[in-house]
Amino acid sequence: MTPPALDARLRVDRAAFSLDLALTAAPGEVLALLGPNGAGKSTALRALAGLLPLTDGRLALDGTVLEDPAAGLHTPAEERPVGVVFQDYLLFPHLGALDNIAFGLRCRGLRKAAAREAARPWLERMGLAGHAASRPRSLSGGQAQRVALARALAVRPRLLLLDEPLAALDARTRLDVRAQLRRHLAEFEAVAVLVTHDPLDAMVLADRLVVIEDGREVQSGTPAEIARHPRTDYIARLVGLNLYRGTADGHTVTLPDGTALATTERLTGPAFVAFPPDAVTLHRGRPDSSARNAWPLTVAGLDLHGDRIRVDLTGPLPLAADLTHGAAAELDLAPGREVWATVKAAQTHAYPA
Amino acid sequence: MTPVPASTRRRARRGGGRVPYALLLPALLGLAFLVLPLVGLLVRAPWSALPEQLSSPEVWQALRLSLICATAATGVSLVLGVPLAWLLARTELPGRRLVRALVTLPLVLPPVVGGVALLLVLGRNGIVGRWLDSAFGLTLPFTTPGVVLAEAFVAMPFLVISVEGALRAADPRYEEAAATLGASRLTAFRRVTLPLIAPGIGAGAVLAWARALGEFGATITFAGNFPGRTQTMPLAVYLAMESEPEAAIALSLVLLAVSIAVLAGLRERWMSTP
Repeated sequence: MTPPALDARLRVDRAAFSLDLALTAAPGEVLALLGPNGAGKSTALRALAGLLPLTDGRLALDGTVLEDPAAGLHTPAEERPVGVVFQDYLLFPHLGALDNIAFGLRCRGLRKAAAREAARPWLERMGLAGHAASRPRSLSGGQAQRVALARALAVRPRLLLLDEPLAALDARTRLDVRAQLRRHLAEFEAVAVLVTHDPLDAMVLADRLVVIEDGREVQSGTPAEIARHPRTDYIARLVGLNLYRGTADGHTVTLPDGTALATTERLTGPAFVAFPPDAVTLHRGRPDSSARNAWPLTVAGLDLHGDRIRVDLTGPLPLAADLTHGAAAELDLAPGREVWATVKAAQTHAYPA
Repeated sequence: MTPVPASTRRRARRGGGRVPYALLLPALLGLAFLVLPLVGLLVRAPWSALPEQLSSPEVWQALRLSLICATAATGVSLVLGVPLAWLLARTELPGRRLVRALVTLPLVLPPVVGGVALLLVLGRNGIVGRWLDSAFGLTLPFTTPGVVLAEAFVAMPFLVISVEGALRAADPRYEEAAATLGASRLTAFRRVTLPLIAPGIGAGAVLAWARALGEFGATITFAGNFPGRTQTMPLAVYLAMESEPEAAIALSLVLLAVSIAVLAGLRERWMSTP
């Protein structure tokens, strides 16, 4: 096994917040830090870039230690082989697109003409050959994003950091830019770390996700693993699953409040049970069927969710259910109404906690 | 635009047209107070004798000296004031508030006091002046460089305040972006920060230049009033007022013209600010 290109333990302590996160990545790997606002994603990114000193921990890139507070070592941002694409791009407003891309090359000692010469292919690669002299103000959001990416890549960084790379774009542009970004990241031979609160961006762009909450990693794995086996409510909500944690004994998982869930998997000990909202069936009265997973619940709210209706239910087992418009109309659902919910054991999925 | 009912519109227009006399009267008086003296200057100007008055070598000498000294003082203010503004705006300098208070002090200090203070420090018997004299044979009071120093002392705060404001308005994250691209702090300042705050520096420089051009008190105290060496335009005007008032008016007209030109230039700059 090759040693990781990125090998970091980031510890940053601040007044009301602390970040403690271990990150490793192989060359060519795209890592996504996924988490809610205030989870510490941006702090981690700034620490990797050298814009925020570590309180403790260690950061090594390609075997070179860049930061080690215990040894008094802090390589400043300008000396790190790191490129950053900022959330609002921060393109220099007084420079044209080409000079923005050439900026890093000039800082590395290239003369103006040589830096421009080296920057031009990047402009062409980004499909912006006609915009060499355009000021950032006159570029569209998608174009500015590509210039920012080219500017960061032009200095051939060994670590590329992207802070919410698609957050500033409207929905239509986002789709295109996401596809382009995916292509550029696939070509990138070093490590890329992107920070996002959008699970779709993370799943499309990254090889591996690290989910963080309150400055700590709560789960990491491939997008498919995380989508299938969420371990916190936050991730379950992101991937659209109902998630419960309890104790398994054979085919039953018992939740802390005593509610029992029947599952197909046979497990013992702490376990998660997950099922999608469309596995839930609602009934006006107690169902006669043999379903063991049946609970009387109260409708808390209704919401349009694609072509379905998402029903939020409270009671012994709070859950979300997806219904067709027809089914919802037939049940005459409204907040406060009592209904019975059933879930077939075959549609639940249990895994060890 | 949302349609406004006719009645509301009429009331709004009538409300906008009526100004209370208690405000209108002093306002007009104030306007007259500011404009009338300048009108008087234009009315009383000896227009027929003007070409002759202005072609005298003394006038040109004073004007030339004024322009050179004000420009040099602006240069000194730029070289020292922009880094000072950066220090105030971008670093966690201990006692920064006190430093800012000290920097702005010359704004409110009577310029004569500034001249006295300069004389005490840089005069032949001053703390620094004595050393400059013995070590380099350099004397500043009552010399042209002395005029530049006196003007810079009074004008630099205008530049510092203006540039510091521009720096505070400029997003420091651009400097972070430059750092991630390999720019040292100095390179980031030169290539990113300076261009971003250029309009603020320009406005500050013009203000400082205009202030230096009109400087009287500190100059006459520290540099004296020697024609060709330290006698700038304001000093020449003051002196001429006693002997030949017509010449004083002519000189004043020149300064007025320069001031209006500066104002026009400033306006242009402010309009072109992105």
